[in-house]
Amino acid sequence: MSSKRLTIISSKGTLDWAYPPFILSSTAAALGYEVTMFFTFYGLQLLKKELNLKVSPLGNPGMPMPMGMNNWFPVLGTTIPGMETIMTTMMKNTVKSKGVASVEELRDLCLEADVRMIGCQMTIDLFDMRREDFIDGIDIGGAATYFEHAGEAGVNLFI
Amino acid sequence: MSNFDQELDARGLNCPLPILRAKKTLTGMTSGEVLKIMATDPGSVKDFEAFATQTGNELLDSSEVDGEFHFLMKKTL
Repeated sequence: MSSKRLTIISSKGTLDWAYPPFILSSTAAALGYEVTMFFTFYGLQLLKKELNLKVSPLGNPGMPMPMGMNNWFPVLGTTIPGMETIMTTMMKNTVKSKGVASVEELRDLCLEADVRMIGCQMTIDLFDMRREDFIDGIDIGGAATYFEHAGEAGVNLFI
Repeated sequence: MSNFDQELDARGLNCPLPILRAKKTLTGMTSGEVLKIMATDPGSVKDFEAFATQTGNELLDSSEVDGEFHFLMKKTL
């Protein structure tokens, strides 16, 4: 078992949950770690060629909102049609203006750094996803494949 | 600031881009060469210390100049 090996299970498919796995993986790779990412359930959205990630304020009470909206904006307001799109656009603009990389850029950096990316076979079958929708350079595997890598890794994270 | 062989402008970039760009630039350099990095991300101070420890490259200098953070990283491997 090597302490400089990292595995990450990525199970969420929204914009806010896309950052942690790619930031951790790219940074670990830069620090010399051997990294394996396993994408399951909604995490598979992160492997699509065309990323169309959204973030929703509904059900995200911890989400910071501009203009002190956290204090008075009613939860019901987050269900207004178009809210999700507005919030997603605002989030993307904030990310860009703060000099943070986009998800696509982080993903490319990971692939460049030889981060191993595995898509969960079961989820692909479950949701009738197609291999052509995903980026190149990824493997497809199951939980046993994941454990092959996790068993050798010093750091295993579930996101 | 002493001599350096290459310069990396990472100003305006936030975690993890300064480290990632530095890693990429260092890969293209030869052992013994020094890379000067300029960053505005305050988190980069700790990040570059960790980078040096983890990768074995030597952090020759880390300083703050006019609100910017300047580093001298020597490629040792």
